[in-house]
Amino acid sequence: MSHKNPEYDFEWCPGCGDFGVRRALEVALRDRNAKNEQPMANSVVVAGIGCSGNLVHLLEGDQPYGFHGIHGRSLPIALGVKMASPELNVVVVAGDGDFLSIGMEHLAPQAGRNLNICAVVMDNGVYGLTKGQASPTTTSLTVTNSTPFGKIESPVNPLNLYLTLGVSYIASGYSSKPKELAQLIFDGMEHPGFSIVHVASPCTTYNDTYEVLKGSVKKGIQGTAWNIPADHDPSNVSQARAVIDEGGVPLGVVYKDTSRPSFDQQLDDLRSRTKQKTAGELLAAYDL
Amino acid sequence: MASQSEIVVRFAGEGGQGVVTAAEILARAASSVGYHGLTFATFPSQILGGPTWTQARLSRAPVLSPGDGLDILVAFNDYAYLEHRGEVREGGVILLDPSITPDASDTAHRCITVPFDELAKQTGESRAANMVVMGGLSRLVNIKLDLFKEFVSLRFAGREGVVEANHMALDLGFEHLAGEQAIADLGEPDKPDYDQLFIKGNEAISIGAMHAGIEFYIGYPISPATPILIFMERNLVGEGKVAVQASSEIESIAGLLGAGFAGKKTMTATSGPGFTLMGEGIGLGWMTEIPGVIVDVQRGGPATGLPTKTEQSDLLSALSPAHGDSRVPVIAPGTVEECFYAAVHAFNWAERYQGPVLLLSEHSLAERAQNIPKPDLSKVPVEGRITYGGDNGYLRYDASELSPMPSPGKPGAYIANGSEHDSYGDTTHLPSRHVQMTERRFSKLKLLDDGYYESETTSTQIAVFPWGASKGPVKEAYEMLRADGTDIGWYYTMFVSPMPSALVEELRSKDLVLVPELNYQGQMAMTLRSMGIKAEALTQYTGLPFNARILSQRIKDRIASPARASAVKA
Repeated sequence: MSHKNPEYDFEWCPGCGDFGVRRALEVALRDRNAKNEQPMANSVVVAGIGCSGNLVHLLEGDQPYGFHGIHGRSLPIALGVKMASPELNVVVVAGDGDFLSIGMEHLAPQAGRNLNICAVVMDNGVYGLTKGQASPTTTSLTVTNSTPFGKIESPVNPLNLYLTLGVSYIASGYSSKPKELAQLIFDGMEHPGFSIVHVASPCTTYNDTYEVLKGSVKKGIQGTAWNIPADHDPSNVSQARAVIDEGGVPLGVVYKDTSRPSFDQQLDDLRSRTKQKTAGELLAAYDL
Repeated sequence: MASQSEIVVRFAGEGGQGVVTAAEILARAASSVGYHGLTFATFPSQILGGPTWTQARLSRAPVLSPGDGLDILVAFNDYAYLEHRGEVREGGVILLDPSITPDASDTAHRCITVPFDELAKQTGESRAANMVVMGGLSRLVNIKLDLFKEFVSLRFAGREGVVEANHMALDLGFEHLAGEQAIADLGEPDKPDYDQLFIKGNEAISIGAMHAGIEFYIGYPISPATPILIFMERNLVGEGKVAVQASSEIESIAGLLGAGFAGKKTMTATSGPGFTLMGEGIGLGWMTEIPGVIVDVQRGGPATGLPTKTEQSDLLSALSPAHGDSRVPVIAPGTVEECFYAAVHAFNWAERYQGPVLLLSEHSLAERAQNIPKPDLSKVPVEGRITYGGDNGYLRYDASELSPMPSPGKPGAYIANGSEHDSYGDTTHLPSRHVQMTERRFSKLKLLDDGYYESETTSTQIAVFPWGASKGPVKEAYEMLRADGTDIGWYYTMFVSPMPSALVEELRSKDLVLVPELNYQGQMAMTLRSMGIKAEALTQYTGLPFNARILSQRIKDRIASPARASAVKA
């Protein structure tokens, strides 16, 4: 609600990709609420720490609940929210540093649980808020202020990682295509399981990749972003892997597995098979 | 010595030899017929094998500690015999497995070889070796054999063959010691006229949480807190209840906060290493004002430390688990019985002041099985949080003190923000806001001054003030000192922070407050001194609880010495 809040002094840099992601999320939330006839208060946006996490303060219009926690822990916070109240729509917004470096350890468990939440990852390939250090997705040899002689490590391939871990909905989007991105996020929220929408969202100050993504006819640069063809079958894991192996930034739904029950469905099932005992009954088991 | 009305029996051997269950069976059997029993256990940190011992203390009167000297040692192998015999009092009895050759030069103890396994095999139930031991003990401590038989009949009700074999085992053990003189006479028990439980500290905490209305449990396996996870996975089921095994303690604390934010009563349990990992998350709970109970079952530290030994060395971390300005409420139960009430109170505090509350238990309570009075649940009040029920336009953090908490799904959207925030939850850096919010968070602690405390002999200028599970042995030491005519007072509370203000006032009026505690630095004494109390620690850091007799001597020496003791080392 920051636009009417003079106390909140954070701003994205002009041209930041996160503006487009915010717009896409607003549209997706609005459409989802309309479809499910739910108030905005039924959605919770759990934000990581970084430029991206500030999105939770910058949403316009009707406000969802927000949880702006600590660095790297957006997924386990979302786990708690969702398991406590499975009827809530839980969305994570985080950056590549938050999600893939400090928070990496939380990916596999949520994939294993098939936790029914949607994570929107804003990948700008750099730590922006701390002013330009190398992130897990920064390409090798890139010079940043924390890699003054070029980054030594290989970058992580996020889509490949998600597929390997068993994330059941994987989409890839671009902040400059908010309409398409909104649809990917909408689908991710509607997907009954763990969904990740990985978004190329350039940082105009420290890692301006607009030209790399879009290409430039004038300069003879071929853009790295490309549309996944309409005949791609996202339920086919081999095809999904082929899309990822193609390289660049594929745009669209890469993988979607609806055969696995989500964690909350499994818990529902467990509940129907178990009976709750009162404290009195539990105490009686220890009677002398 | 045959007139002594209490007894300490230790079982020592290899893990897997029934050592672990022996003390529990003895204490449970004795408690079930009206004696008071308490066990103490220490295990190696490995799955099978390794030197293990457990002990049971039985008495006609309620018992407060594992006991000092050993009256009887039951040794299952050579190592156990050699390792523990030095602790058996003069005139004590050592029951030996036939594989052990007793030291002929040992004239201080009566050594009796008992073919436990062979006698057990005669019953057709090779697992009845423990009952052979119980039969022998029945003779040695003058507990009627029928009382053990009654216990066996109840425990294995409906399984006639097992009952019969175990009864035979009891008889065989009893007969094997025919002609042996009793070492003590527990006599007829005075069966309490109230209902009782036989339960361990971890179980009492778990059931306390259930009574308090826990809805969401999340935890990662770690000794000695794992039994709480297991209890919750098994029992926190049914509509609206969730138990989740986390992938780490970081996931535990973050998940706990997510669930608390979503409106649930939550708990996690861990031990030192996991507790340290939770630090940042606990700070987030304080900052965002989300209720939740964090159980730290202390073990020896730092780092991996002594996973299966007891220590009271997490106090300073518990008082300040997170970076930055915070003071997280701490309740530290001192007995198995208090574990139940502490858990309920921890939930009530968390919901009342809207923030994290630490329940600081310890290994010696967690694994201690004991008979305790059964709580009357109808008399243990349970509180919930104040929630926002309005239509909209509410500002979660607008007030300068506690304010109703909105629930996601209902009107009242806000942002729970770990950054300093304004009344809605948006990030702010205004100095005036940080002042207001810091004061708001600390002001809520005033809501927690309903802790109670024990005091005795309050007219004295010197008092003992134990905390946590040292309560039992210190109380025994205190009683020895009083019987000796020593002028000393007694104070105790499980409400460590905030401490009942009336208690703090009383302690401030003393010339010297002696704090026996199981850590090197004297962490409670340091804390009390910061509150203007003339406190001095009597420390021990062996991984084991205090010995009441030795402690009473240390207190006596300290009182006699005009100079300050060397207790404060840090």
